[in-house]
Amino acid sequence: MIRRSVLALAAAGVLAAGAALAQDVVKIGAIAPKTGPLAGGAVVTQWPNVQLWVEQVNAAGGLNVGGKMMPIELIEYDDKTNPGEHIKLAQRLATQDKVDFVVAPYGTGFNIATAPIYGKFGYPMIAVSAITDKMDELTARYPNLFFTLGTTTAFVDGVKEILMEQRDAGVIGNEVAMVNVADAFGIELADRARELFAEAGFEIVYDKSYPLGTPDLSPVMKGAKDSGAKAFVAWSYPPDSFGLAEQAIIENLDVNLYYSAVATSFPAFGNAYGGKINNVLGAGGTNVDDPKIAEYRQAHLDITGKVADYWASANTYAALQILQQAIEGAATLDRDVVTQYIKDNSFDTVMGTLAFENQVSHTFWSVGQWQDGVFRGVKGSNVEGAVEVRAKEGWSE
Amino acid sequence: MIDILVSGLLLSGTYALVAMGLNLQYGVARIMNLANGEVLVLGALAAFWLYTTSQVSPLLTVILVIPVSFIGNWLIYRFLLTPLVRRSKTQGALEVDSILATFGMSFIMIGVMVSIEGGFFAYKYLSEPIQILGSTSSLNRLVAFIVALIIGGGLYLWLNLSRPGVAVRAVSVSTEASGLVGINVPRMSALAFALGGTITAVGGALISTFITLDASIGVVFTMKALIIVIMGGVGEIRGSIVAAVILGVVETAVATLVDPGLTLASAYFIFILILLFRPQGLFGRRAT
Repeated sequence: MIRRSVLALAAAGVLAAGAALAQDVVKIGAIAPKTGPLAGGAVVTQWPNVQLWVEQVNAAGGLNVGGKMMPIELIEYDDKTNPGEHIKLAQRLATQDKVDFVVAPYGTGFNIATAPIYGKFGYPMIAVSAITDKMDELTARYPNLFFTLGTTTAFVDGVKEILMEQRDAGVIGNEVAMVNVADAFGIELADRARELFAEAGFEIVYDKSYPLGTPDLSPVMKGAKDSGAKAFVAWSYPPDSFGLAEQAIIENLDVNLYYSAVATSFPAFGNAYGGKINNVLGAGGTNVDDPKIAEYRQAHLDITGKVADYWASANTYAALQILQQAIEGAATLDRDVVTQYIKDNSFDTVMGTLAFENQVSHTFWSVGQWQDGVFRGVKGSNVEGAVEVRAKEGWSE
Repeated sequence: MIDILVSGLLLSGTYALVAMGLNLQYGVARIMNLANGEVLVLGALAAFWLYTTSQVSPLLTVILVIPVSFIGNWLIYRFLLTPLVRRSKTQGALEVDSILATFGMSFIMIGVMVSIEGGFFAYKYLSEPIQILGSTSSLNRLVAFIVALIIGGGLYLWLNLSRPGVAVRAVSVSTEASGLVGINVPRMSALAFALGGTITAVGGALISTFITLDASIGVVFTMKALIIVIMGGVGEIRGSIVAAVILGVVETAVATLVDPGLTLASAYFIFILILLFRPQGLFGRRAT
């Protein structure tokens, strides 16, 4: 019995060695929602970029690993927006599929929940769709985890700066109506906003939360309207970003500044409401006039058939470019070497030159605005091409 | 006050559309259809897809959806669920089997819908502001409310005044007894199931004009429908409508007067009260 297992082990060892020697593809694993509550966002921001990147790399012959061109073999799974499922699948990627590298998950909670399992197998995780104020703590604990999309405070700061500028310009007064979706993301942002807005001398005259998936947001919008504030801020998720805009149009919400968070930057948002949402502010932004971004957006449309969103799409693609350049630069599939390479170098991406400081990249857009059919960045960190904020003037076409 | 009543009533129209179909399916055909929400989202997807690709008005889609979903649901009952009905010896066994079968079915439907459109079904139709008794609301919600009224009223009259309607009610009271008096029980059950599915799909197409849905959101509607059906009484259309009105008005009142964050809590609070004091539902018959 013992001899047999020793033989089996030896055979397995030979097989494994054979596989390593014969490897001529780079296996990349990607797990993100295709169904469940976060699927609507992931199929806009995450999946098309994975597809785009893999097709582009393979069209060019593959990744250049130490002079050998190795095409990418993509292994993708649907985590059903369930962290437990994701962790099981991550285990499978590492032990059964034996992927060389992974694409970081979609969503703040997912990146934090899976950092230990990906860390255990040494996969570098270049997280994009993850925003938190606990980055220092997390990166200290997980040496394989990188952040690229900014912190909670940076997001609230962007909105606060715009509020202050518009108050100084006389566009809005001192009063702000603020609502948030009652889940971790909305609560964290609203808590931070209460502190920062108060510090800046604003008075939050309407401050309510609503449950995720509320079918009728008209009481919320009526309340905000009755408060008389000229500035409206919603720390919202899809689908309520859509629902709030719909109600604002119906109620003809009389504000000079309107902000809703996630999904405002989605092309679907602009398609649905057309000119009515002109000058609506939202989380994210991009500089469509930057030739690199323009070229990327065109490729995204050509290959995936979808218009890239005006926020994290470019960051998601940039994270994949970083992974590519790190593998090629380190000239190895050794994950520890590649992780170290990411920490030590800067990368030329669609978002410009990105580098990590304590595993965090500080190049990102925080606030954008729909201006004549395009969602343009108005506030950001280390990004160029921010345009002037415009006042919201009514909700007609 | 008028704001609350108007918004609440319009919201209850949405809830009635969500729940009436499930009530027929559960009350008459005895199928606890967990894919109810997915059928609703399918109707919404049809409206979204036809509107964005070929500018077909969602109201026209509603008319197209009626025959398609009726035949589709008929086939589902005939070929997927009839074997379960035949096999099960008690109603309890049928409930467990149908829950499992339709739960599986819901995943297939989600998969199909994701392959067609994985993102949000975002489009706008009739989102024009209107004034009702001095309170602002939107035209699409009013349209959905009116259609809910027509369906609810029509269904009530049909169930009470027509021969097949009475037969359907008889099946909902007792499958054995109605079989004994010569009612074709399998046929009536299939009719009720198909009709229920049709109402749900029509509701989905209408709801999609004012709520942004996506392929995975069906379960939210299944849960709401379940609460309303249980609250109103299984197999009772009147009950579902009254429960929908209560839920709609209470949620709106709580959102306006107390806090929007407590709408879900208030809905479940009423649900618990009814389960405690009237477990058979508002209009339900006490099980004998």
